[in-house]
Amino acid sequence: MDLKRYYPVVVLILVVILIQILTSLFGITFYLTQLTMSAYYSLLTIGLCMLMGYAGQISLGQAGFFAIGGYTTAFLTTVNLIDKAEAPVLSLFKSLGIMVLREDLYGNKILHLSPWVAFLFAVIITIFIAFLIGVPVLKLKGHYLAMATLGFGIIVYRVVLGTRAFGEADGITRVPGFNLLPGIRVSGDFANRVENYYIAWVLVIIGAILLINLVNSRAGRALRYLHGSEEAASTMGVNVSRYKLNVFVLSAIYASVAGVFLTHFNAGIGPSEASVMKSVRYVAIVAAGGMANLWGTLIMAVTLNFLSLRGVFGTYDDAVFAVILIVIMLFAPRGLIRKGVISEIEFAFKKLKPGGIIKVKRES
Amino acid sequence: MSFEQVLQYIFSGITVGSIYAVVAIGFNIIYNSTGIINFAQGEFVMMGGIIAHSFTPTMPLFLAVVLAVVITTAVGSLIELVFIRSLKNPSVLRMIIITIGLSILIREIALHIWDEKIRALPFFTGSEVTSITIFGAHISPQVLWVLGITALIVVALQFFFYFTFTGQAMRACAANRKAASLCGINTRKMVNLSFCLSAAIGAVAGCTVSPLTQTHYAMGTPLAIKGFTVAILGGLGNSTAAVLAGLLLGLLESFSISLLPMAYKDVIAISILLLILFFRPGGLFQSRQIVALKSF
Amino acid sequence: MNRPYIRTPVLLEVKNLNKSFGGVHAVNNVSFTLNSGIIKAIIGPNGAGKTTLFNIISGILKANSGRVSFKGEDITGLNPHEIAERGIVRTFQNIKLAGHMSVLDNVMIGRHSKTRAGFFAAALSLPWTIKEEARTKEVCMEIMEMFSLTDLANEEVSNLPFGKQRAVEFARALAADPELLLLDEPASGLNIYETEELAEVIERIKNKGITILLVEHDMSLVMDISDEILVLNFGKEVASGLPEKVQKNPEVINIYLGEG
Ligand SMILES: Nc1ncnc2c1ncn2[C@@H]1O[C@H](COP(=O)(O)OP(=O)(O)O)[C@@H](O)[C@H]1O
Ligand SMILES: [Mg+2]
Repeated sequence: MDLKRYYPVVVLILVVILIQILTSLFGITFYLTQLTMSAYYSLLTIGLCMLMGYAGQISLGQAGFFAIGGYTTAFLTTVNLIDKAEAPVLSLFKSLGIMVLREDLYGNKILHLSPWVAFLFAVIITIFIAFLIGVPVLKLKGHYLAMATLGFGIIVYRVVLGTRAFGEADGITRVPGFNLLPGIRVSGDFANRVENYYIAWVLVIIGAILLINLVNSRAGRALRYLHGSEEAASTMGVNVSRYKLNVFVLSAIYASVAGVFLTHFNAGIGPSEASVMKSVRYVAIVAAGGMANLWGTLIMAVTLNFLSLRGVFGTYDDAVFAVILIVIMLFAPRGLIRKGVISEIEFAFKKLKPGGIIKVKRES
Repeated sequence: MSFEQVLQYIFSGITVGSIYAVVAIGFNIIYNSTGIINFAQGEFVMMGGIIAHSFTPTMPLFLAVVLAVVITTAVGSLIELVFIRSLKNPSVLRMIIITIGLSILIREIALHIWDEKIRALPFFTGSEVTSITIFGAHISPQVLWVLGITALIVVALQFFFYFTFTGQAMRACAANRKAASLCGINTRKMVNLSFCLSAAIGAVAGCTVSPLTQTHYAMGTPLAIKGFTVAILGGLGNSTAAVLAGLLLGLLESFSISLLPMAYKDVIAISILLLILFFRPGGLFQSRQIVALKSF
Repeated sequence: MNRPYIRTPVLLEVKNLNKSFGGVHAVNNVSFTLNSGIIKAIIGPNGAGKTTLFNIISGILKANSGRVSFKGEDITGLNPHEIAERGIVRTFQNIKLAGHMSVLDNVMIGRHSKTRAGFFAAALSLPWTIKEEARTKEVCMEIMEMFSLTDLANEEVSNLPFGKQRAVEFARALAADPELLLLDEPASGLNIYETEELAEVIERIKNKGITILLVEHDMSLVMDISDEILVLNFGKEVASGLPEKVQKNPEVINIYLGEG
């Protein structure tokens, strides 16, 4: 097997460790918090990269899946079942050891599902919804696919914003930490900062390895191929609709897992995580990373999210991502992270004189 | 529900419905001449209202509206010149992403110029308390303004496309750009004109509806998706059907409020969009085979 | 020219196939059988419905009525990938490749229906998938050698000249180990030398025991290599049978002279 494809993984691991050491040395570990959050957003983004970059299916609803994951786990680990503790189902759950009894800040007793169960539940719901939406949506192409996924995203946003149980505009807060393994806990506690940084990046690294394997396999080739020509792929034996559905569900799972972890890390989630702007932002990152370019996407995702979380863009946050979208698509539609990009941009600028009528390839 | 209430719902339904129709027509005009769905269509409506609003303190309302329409049209034209014209053979994906980027950029610029306050133009006649009574329902005269101006836009566009030389040239471009170009039609100019036209009618709609539904920097995206729903309902590219579809969606939304919480209003429109896309992508009114033919 | 052949079992049977687009009756009640191991040519003027017929057989289009059976099994209305899995593979009149991918990738996709690694196994990079992938590559490199594509293995397909792209399409089709190969105007866009090479390649493919259904405009090529001919005009069968017989059919002569 060609081991060269894993070199970037090694580099990534070294960089992750190096950054942690450097932040400790210079006493700036507070950066790790934003790097952890960026990692979770990156996880979502590389999933989208698989769907949009490699398989060529745009999704403007990725924030929707993130929110489905985050809200499911937030709801299940905060809704207090203490009054219904005697219900047979709950007794069963308790005897299975999948309930948690804890006290909140005011000493009230709270009984809820354990985060592990909530996590599994969130992923299952995500898979279910992704299938349900994916079957009809993926029959669509071009503008129709974009609008349909955008529509899905807005529905999720409206539902979380308008539903009491999801906290309406405030979202869900006081989400407990997630004891991943004994002694390993996903939470935003100050003491867990370094640990959480590593949890997040291990997750990203695992996610990235799975995707590199996929891209370089028979299945990945089929995905890339249907991007080029669905007709040719299908006549060579690729079950195009199933492949598209699989990669759609896969990207939804990445988004949902990111949502679950980040919600535990932040101890809450709000409706802005489901907003259209978030989905657009993820698309912008994949575009800037070079579409069918996993590492480019990852670099862009970490950089842009980190800068955004640090507040570098100030009130121009959304505008920055809009400008990125426009500029990349105008001058460097194949992304920024690759060889020869500088000369290409120069070339594009020289060419940029009025002329040439647009001819859009029409897809029905 | 009383008869008056039903009537009230109907009027509010056709008011928003006619705005959706105008947005849909804007989509159609650009789609027909370029094959692009301009995701920034809703922003034209926002710009109309918000620009006119900032002129009202210094000049008569009518003048403010005219100025707003002119400025929005210029922006539409500029968008075509700067962002669309230089592209040769862009993929659909690229076009989608660019117009989405533009939509957000315009929105963010609006946010920085005008902040996030909700504003409204003054009523064209009377004030918010003025009302006329039709069959027992109290209707703001502004509703009549909206309906009248929408009707005027539709009729004027029909006239333009069928009885003026330029309009016919645009139709020729829509049918077959290469052939039109060979016949000496300046297709580039026609594409630019299509952006101007849809920006202009968007801005007009944005001004007339502002006293009723108010203007907000972020109103564009929901409007765009509903306008798109309407365009699809009517069959992409078909503007006459879009009017019918717009009224239909407006009425549906208006009545849905009596059944579902207000917060879910958009959910209804978007669910309709999804259902139509899934089951009748050619629109409500036509068979699939006619879909390929384009007319305004 | 005279090419007597032994009767072999029927591989493909097309019965009363119909397809219309709006008012155009593109395929009008076409029936024929194809015996295994031979080359059958379908000829006819532009718009006769040849490509449409191929699209129906390969599952890209659904017929309005009629039946297609392959090795006795009814395959009418199956999806393209199901038909490919059964051993029917095609090339396209206007080449359909993934231009952004390498020559090797384009050929390797041909083996898709002969290999198994799915999403899970691939993402986990299970050992057997690695072996399978290596084997696929080996097979494809052999096939590419036959078309002198070896040196171009890592070249992006869109950078290749037209003739080479046709070769990639052929290699892709052969990688699938088809029983029946549908060739839609393989000589279009090729120069005289390339067309000569093509005739040789087709003969070689036939000698491997692959049955061929060939749509072609180049009459000399058709008369040279085909065992049977079916002539279509406006979607209807005009004549069929051995090349020499078809060649003398007055209606066929009329169509071809009328066209010229
Ligand atoms: N997808 C389609 N939609 C509409 N008409 C089509 C389509 N495909 C083919 N046709 C029409 O069917 C007829 C037969 O076309 P085709 O099968 O491509 O002919 P040939 O390959 O023999 O040149 C032509 O009149 C063509 O215009
Ligand atoms: Mg043909």
